[in-house]
Amino acid sequence: MPRINSASELEELRKGILSERDPDKPCIAICSGTSCLSLGNGRIISAFEEEINKKKLKTKVDIRATGCHGYCEKGPMVVIYPEEICYVEVTQKDVPEIASQTVLGNKVIDRLIYTDPDTGEKAAHQSEIPFYKNQMRHLMGNNTKIDPRSIDDYLAVGGYSALSKSLLEMSPEEVLEEIKKAELRGRGGGGFLAGRKWETARNAPGKEKYVIINSHEGELGAFMDRALFTGNPHSVLEGLIIGAYAIGSHLGFIYTRHDTPQLKNNIDMALAQAEEYGLLGENILGSGFDFHVEVHLDIGIFVSGESSALMRSIEGNTPEPRPKYIHTSVSGIWKKPSVLNNVETWANVPQIINKGSEWYASIGTDRSKGTKLLSLSGNIVNTGVAEVPFGTTIREIVYDIGGGIPKGKKLKAVHFGGPMGGSIPESLLDTPLDFDELAKLGAPIGAGGMLVLDEDTSMVDVTRYFLNFLSDESCGKCVPCREGIRQMLRILTNISDGKGREGDIELLEEISEVTGAASLCALGKTASGPLLSTLLHFRDEYEANIEKKKCPAEKRE
Amino acid sequence: MPGREKRMIMGKQKKMSEIIIQIDGKEVKAAEGMTILEAAQSADIFIPTLCHREKLEPYGACRICTVEAEVRGWTKFVAACLYPVEQDLVVRTRSEKVDKIRKTILEFLLAHAPYSPQLQDLAQEYGADKDRFEKESSFCILCGLCVRYCAEVKKKNAVGFVECGARREISFIPEIASKECNSCKECFPLCPTSYLQAAFVLTESLAFPTDSSPTALKK
Amino acid sequence: MRERNKKVRTAAVDNDRIDRIINKYQGKPGSLVQVLLEIQHENHWLPLDVLGRVSKKLGVPLSRVMQIVTFHKTFSLVPKGRNEVHVCTGPSCYVRGSTRLLDTVQDLIGIKPGETDPDSKFSLETSNCLGCCNLGPEIIVDGKHYGRVTPDKVKYVLKNYE
Repeated sequence: MPRINSASELEELRKGILSERDPDKPCIAICSGTSCLSLGNGRIISAFEEEINKKKLKTKVDIRATGCHGYCEKGPMVVIYPEEICYVEVTQKDVPEIASQTVLGNKVIDRLIYTDPDTGEKAAHQSEIPFYKNQMRHLMGNNTKIDPRSIDDYLAVGGYSALSKSLLEMSPEEVLEEIKKAELRGRGGGGFLAGRKWETARNAPGKEKYVIINSHEGELGAFMDRALFTGNPHSVLEGLIIGAYAIGSHLGFIYTRHDTPQLKNNIDMALAQAEEYGLLGENILGSGFDFHVEVHLDIGIFVSGESSALMRSIEGNTPEPRPKYIHTSVSGIWKKPSVLNNVETWANVPQIINKGSEWYASIGTDRSKGTKLLSLSGNIVNTGVAEVPFGTTIREIVYDIGGGIPKGKKLKAVHFGGPMGGSIPESLLDTPLDFDELAKLGAPIGAGGMLVLDEDTSMVDVTRYFLNFLSDESCGKCVPCREGIRQMLRILTNISDGKGREGDIELLEEISEVTGAASLCALGKTASGPLLSTLLHFRDEYEANIEKKKCPAEKRE
Repeated sequence: MPGREKRMIMGKQKKMSEIIIQIDGKEVKAAEGMTILEAAQSADIFIPTLCHREKLEPYGACRICTVEAEVRGWTKFVAACLYPVEQDLVVRTRSEKVDKIRKTILEFLLAHAPYSPQLQDLAQEYGADKDRFEKESSFCILCGLCVRYCAEVKKKNAVGFVECGARREISFIPEIASKECNSCKECFPLCPTSYLQAAFVLTESLAFPTDSSPTALKK
Repeated sequence: MRERNKKVRTAAVDNDRIDRIINKYQGKPGSLVQVLLEIQHENHWLPLDVLGRVSKKLGVPLSRVMQIVTFHKTFSLVPKGRNEVHVCTGPSCYVRGSTRLLDTVQDLIGIKPGETDPDSKFSLETSNCLGCCNLGPEIIVDGKHYGRVTPDKVKYVLKNYE
């Protein structure tokens, strides 16, 4: 691989890659996201390879194992280019027919394309399928076109042009200014203005500064970071390098999951390829800017997603949080200024540089700009990863994209933010997706895990479930969190089992007040989030459980 | 060197700027780098503590030292043993909410160790009821004094924390404890509940290498 | 005789491979977490004497090593069975019935999460959300996902394993 030393060399390389790619050449793009992988997409890939070999078409047809297409419910998914015919729930047996009918014959196989379960309407192209057409896929859109193990694929769709522009045409201060003007807010759950965090670190004393990708994705029910990072690792890496340049950091860390080998392999490969091309390491693109990256694995515990705990883990210590009276952007890893941002936050950076902060800020709402990745799961027809602009209503997401509730059930609540979030009832479904609007309702958006709950769900039980999780996954250092959760869980379990007593709800509220104010870190402080939001919107369920000694909702888990 | 001593020496060396803060309506002069607790102690203002000891790095686990800290109009609840002073900080060491926090924390801990003298003293002051919550099986309150003393002062690390969340507990490392503890035991008086002594005896009888038990040594 | 050999094989430790991992990080206390993860991944459990070697070679107190290895179910201080069974208990799987699924698996194998059966055939553990929510409720055996498993299908999944 040739080392790139200037903007012109990068464009030459890109032109070279594109000139060798015929846009009219058939390409079979097979989704290799976690779910499709588990559904045996490997067999489908092998079957296609066999068919293409049999027909002696190896040089005339491309087969590409791509990143997650997002529509996990309908996997395994295959998209045939250039027509962009989209086949769902493909099996190995369908492969010969797809190869002869569609790839060679340009015919659409009716039984394999999407069928609307309500209207029976068929849709052969992604842009016609309701799940996709109601989204705005700025971050995820390229997943169907890229093999995450090929940096050339990323370059072919314009990758690393933002990095080139940043390093070679802009100063670090100018890059920082763009991010500030774009009002990019952290996507990991905090919603903190990224530009402000970067500026704090930039201005903090000391030469050594660090940048970190938080790829821990501990929020229950969230899988969009994995879909994005596994499917398009370079988009995140490019954002990280640009951020490092703006902040003045020369060493970055990727903190990722120990239990997802596919993700780790793709990250390792992306780093190696970027380095070979001179897009990472010493003197990037001949700019004089050096930047290296280390990969660290988590130990799996939920609390290690908290920024200060994460940094302790990188240092080789037990992932216990510390109070953030001094921000980690001033004193983080080894007490040096450290900027931690989520996978999705970093992935937003290249498009802000390429298309400008004004363009970016025109998407979304007044105070929540850009698009947001969401993991739709639970009692919903279309489970998968969706990307919508802020401002889209929850109703549109659940029904137009999510396809509504299965088995004709009614919606009861939508839960955001996992164990530290909250639920909103059906009556508030027209709330726009927005950091502040949802926080006001007691259901902060969190990282983007959207758990849809139907009418048979016991909200008391769901709350108990989340608290039980936290009691196992908190570090246990501070009294309010450890003991507070212990006591709340005991009371909730009693209520859930029909053994609740008068005064239990008031006691829960009192304990929540203490844990919320006095806990050491955000985990303890927001542990009672689900409890308080369900008490606000579903108090009658708690009261009924106590009064009648049983749960009013049918389904008990 | 423990943090407090380090900061005091640095203050003298670097001629750290003086910071004026307010604690319970009283003006208090503090040095940059001090915590609220240190500033309060220098002005003879009492803030209760459980997991704090002068010789050890502040830990911030018991949260009994929680106070109200007001900065630029925003009030938040912070651990006095860790929060660094800043110019114009307004601190309230007692208030309805602070007292409620302390009372509840005590009640949580009394469920573990209802007869701890330290806890009982504080319980009287804050009206904490030792029977408010169901009794817990372990009377360790996880203040960490033993673990931290052994790590920071003795540098032996004979006792540490294991597990996490609600299952967190202290545990002696038999291989180290069997060699070091019998001639030391300096951590014993630190334990507010005497759980430490009980844990040591149990570990000694069940897990120490057989040739290091006191009876074996006597033989 | 064959049965006993099977059990021995499960608990056998390849000390050479483990020492190679530890030596890579000799004198680097900051790499403690990475070493432990590599050994756990390689060996499926962490014998106490191995932890002692890690402590010595990396210059980390044994108490800190113990704190990390007991911090989460990722690490095991006892030998695992030949087949590791995980039942996803993420919220999406939960609302789709993972509790009933877990109960069925427990009944079939005869052990609770965190345990290994007497024949060392299966170890059982719950797992946090693995991100395949459309496949819920899920069982994962030795890394292989079995999706949309109803309690009556569990025995067909498990009977494939020796």
